[in-house]
Amino acid sequence: MGFEKFLFYVFALITLWAAGMVITRKNPVHSVLFLVLAFVSSAALWLLLEAEFLGIVLVLVYVGAVMVLFLFVIMMLDIDIATLRAGFIRYLPIGILITAVMAVEIFLIVGPSNFGLEAFPAPEPAAADASNAADLGRVLYTLYLYPVEIAAVILLVAIVAAIRLTLRRRPETKFVDPSRQVRVKKGPRRIRLVKMAAEVAVPAAVSSAQPGVEENS
Amino acid sequence: MHFDAANLIPILPEITLLITASLVLMVDLYLKEHEKGLNHTLTLIGIAIAIVLTGAVGGGEPQVFFDGNLIRDDISDLLKGAILIVSLLAFVYVRAWLQDRGMLVGEFYVLGLFAILGMLIMVSANSFLPLYLGLELQALSLYALVAFDRDSKKGAEAAMKYFVLGALGSGMLLYGVSMIYGATGSIEFAPVAQAVAEQGMSNKVLVFGIAFLVIGIGFKFGAVPFHMWVPDIYEGAPTPSVLILGSAPKIAAFALAIRMLVDGLGSLHPDWHQMLVILAVLSMGLGNLVAIAQSNIKRMLAYSTISHVGFIFLGLLAGSEQGYASAMFYSIVYAVMAAGAFGILLILSREGFDAERLEDLKGLNDRDAWYAAMMALVMFSMAGVPPTVGFMAKLLVLEAVVRVDMVWLALVAVFFSIIGAFYYLRVVKFIYFDKPADDAPLLVTTGGVRVAMSINGLVLLALGVFPAALLTLCQDAFA
Amino acid sequence: MIELWNALPLVIQILLKITAILLPLLGMVAYYTYAERKVIGYMQVRIGPNRVGWRGLLQPIADAVKLMMKEIVIPTKADKTLFLLAPMITIAPAMAVWAVFPFDEGLVLADINAGLLYILALSSVGVYGVIIAGWASNSRYALLGSMRVAAQIVAYEIAMGFALVGVLVAAGSLNLGAIVEAQQGNVLTWFWLPLLPLFGVYLISGVAETNRAPFDVAEGESEIVAGFHVEYSGMAFAVFFLAEYANMILIAALSALLFMGGWLSPLPQGWTGGIWVLQDGFHWLLLKTFFFMFVFLWLRATFPRYRYDQIMRLGWKVFIPITIVWILVVALAVVYRLPPWWSA
Repeated sequence: MGFEKFLFYVFALITLWAAGMVITRKNPVHSVLFLVLAFVSSAALWLLLEAEFLGIVLVLVYVGAVMVLFLFVIMMLDIDIATLRAGFIRYLPIGILITAVMAVEIFLIVGPSNFGLEAFPAPEPAAADASNAADLGRVLYTLYLYPVEIAAVILLVAIVAAIRLTLRRRPETKFVDPSRQVRVKKGPRRIRLVKMAAEVAVPAAVSSAQPGVEENS
Repeated sequence: MHFDAANLIPILPEITLLITASLVLMVDLYLKEHEKGLNHTLTLIGIAIAIVLTGAVGGGEPQVFFDGNLIRDDISDLLKGAILIVSLLAFVYVRAWLQDRGMLVGEFYVLGLFAILGMLIMVSANSFLPLYLGLELQALSLYALVAFDRDSKKGAEAAMKYFVLGALGSGMLLYGVSMIYGATGSIEFAPVAQAVAEQGMSNKVLVFGIAFLVIGIGFKFGAVPFHMWVPDIYEGAPTPSVLILGSAPKIAAFALAIRMLVDGLGSLHPDWHQMLVILAVLSMGLGNLVAIAQSNIKRMLAYSTISHVGFIFLGLLAGSEQGYASAMFYSIVYAVMAAGAFGILLILSREGFDAERLEDLKGLNDRDAWYAAMMALVMFSMAGVPPTVGFMAKLLVLEAVVRVDMVWLALVAVFFSIIGAFYYLRVVKFIYFDKPADDAPLLVTTGGVRVAMSINGLVLLALGVFPAALLTLCQDAFA
Repeated sequence: MIELWNALPLVIQILLKITAILLPLLGMVAYYTYAERKVIGYMQVRIGPNRVGWRGLLQPIADAVKLMMKEIVIPTKADKTLFLLAPMITIAPAMAVWAVFPFDEGLVLADINAGLLYILALSSVGVYGVIIAGWASNSRYALLGSMRVAAQIVAYEIAMGFALVGVLVAAGSLNLGAIVEAQQGNVLTWFWLPLLPLFGVYLISGVAETNRAPFDVAEGESEIVAGFHVEYSGMAFAVFFLAEYANMILIAALSALLFMGGWLSPLPQGWTGGIWVLQDGFHWLLLKTFFFMFVFLWLRATFPRYRYDQIMRLGWKVFIPITIVWILVVALAVVYRLPPWWSA
């Protein structure tokens, strides 16, 4: 128990520190990397809660895919940090005020007085052979079947919306369509070999007017 | 554990919409530019089937399906029907506008259908989870619809604002839900209600959660002080999107409030009652006062929405069955009125021209007397002039408020609606007493639009004269 | 001996086990580079390294010494912290992945339930090293390389993940040991046969994930010099190299484990006749892994580099649809107990 508690505090502190760095770093790439760190350490916190499936999926999906693309976009964009941070100092006092009020409220409400161990005793640790993935799957596809299906539709909407808002054909850009390229087959239709008589050496003055080789198409 | 296929029967309308949307998505790929009208036809057929199915599976005792995630009761039947009918009208209006601007593509219909699907899911949710998911489905589709004209800078800006504030609202709502879950140990409405009744008022966590829920509801309704997004989005988004966003979603937002506050936390009425009073008074006040100063009619209608939301909240905060029924009546009627108002704006628009300023309505009577009459009906109804249904709706809400001994609130509401009447009547004045601009052409519309608009306007009159038709349904739902 | 082992503290035991895994792994990496040069040499009718030691066998050691002696040059205006952090971010997951890898029945450092997911998750973290390296170098070629990697890895990770979903549907478990046991029988009951399309997708995606030829556009020396590690030298470069080869070995070993029955013998139980070599055992896993490692080299010597847009097309438009369809097929086969794989 003692070691677990120690680990918990270590990862909790890393998470908080990384989250703080996300909003205070000047360089957006650094911010994204700190966000990644925050995700990884929260995944570790989930592992401590015996939710290993969720923890690993958090790393796999958010760290491994979502944040990679996010980083990709941040690196590609030329973000003007100066304008982004223009109002930072001006809005800082009111921001801090709201944060403080929220923090105090949340501490009073979510703190030990309402959600302490008396109200919510720690659950029994799961058996060693308990499989997180199987348990989750069983609940998702029976009890929560309807919400899961709705969530699937939401993802479909996200795809449709993203494609509608970004896919546009620009007539001025030139590119080769790889699907058409790979469909090309070898054979007589692709290249035509033309039989012709051997070249006869002609006087230099005339040669420029005559094409030397017949074009293959 | 076997799946009972009977679970699928109450969601047949939803399934129909999903199939229609998927069908449009696929058919659209193979349509040539001049055949895109098929998307429109398919969508209308799908919604019509969904309306019929709603009627067919509706009625009877309330029943719970999908392990407590879904409920089918009189509220869900009525609200689903209302959402589908209003959306059907909306889709009829949008076609010409889209066609003129080369935007008659499948995605508009797909996103619109998904938005409706989200609303239906919200209406019949019996737990916080499907409620939230339905809300997100609706919101995500609407964000995309607002940005639908991707070459328009204003549209993109509006969509961005909508997205950021919408996400903030969803976050608040979710945080509130998590508090409620922490305090009651359930996300299903019936167990939550039971746990709340046992614990009573003592639990601070519940009150904290409710504050966040109300903020979230305020965001989704666009009630003051969470209204900042409404005018900008109404102004910046393409008019068809505003039509879809400004009409049926109000019914869904009403369902959101009813399901969470009444079904789940009904016994905490004294708590949320106070918060809603503040929201209602502020919304009615600010909405009506600021609307007067607007010269852009879409902005004006946005502020008018805010004031109407105040009225819906009046009915909710009364906390009586009569109050809920009147709020339901009001939100359905409001959705029909909003559909009519934005429908007229679409009719007035033509290729290369969007009717956005109040002056664009000048002399509508000379250009097309019938549409002018319909617009006048809508405006009278919004202002609450008898014998239109707007008057009945306001009257019912006020009656409910007076019944719970809040006469001062009723007086405030009456005061602000009298102020509000000014700007609605100004529109009527533009229509009838001003000359049209010299270059204004005659209005050309298809027969379908004319029929739909006639139904839309005449319903407002008919319900005003015979309100019992809809009112008994609303009252039965809460009886 | 066993008493002595049990008397050791748990931490020491685990550290010893880790050493027992990592040392052979690093040795294998070193000699894999040697094998690569030799194999490709012979395929191109050359001899390959043959100067240091007998038949060039000491060449990897000479290389290592050379790289260690070299200076690590940090470009001006590079982001120094990230520049040095990047190789470590690349190598750490490549090593940590082996924690859940079973080498024989029960012979595994950490026998966790979600082993397959753990491997997928960790190998997806490795890409950060490459991206950060490209960005922190403050060089255009490097940035281009890391952009290419980011898009390519995300695309192929989906295909690879789906291929593995097929495996776990077929095996009914995420535990790597259980996946091998599910293939019990003979060479025909291994998963390569019922999951043939997924096997192909997995192998090719594996090549793409490790940025090996013909998918090595991230390095693409003919276009962008050396891509993301163009600015790296000395040990920093060597660490990237190490990680790449360790990842190749991992992909090869996983292919053997997931599709080729791991340590299972290709012969049915009754035919082995008590001969040790023919029975199940670690040597079979090693043999299969070596085969796939050889395939990596074979591919590199055979195919020219893919063009970038064709890589993306292959990933998104060919592999992902194939895997989705085949997952459905496998799921139906499992539900309806298709013999001989799921008859029990």
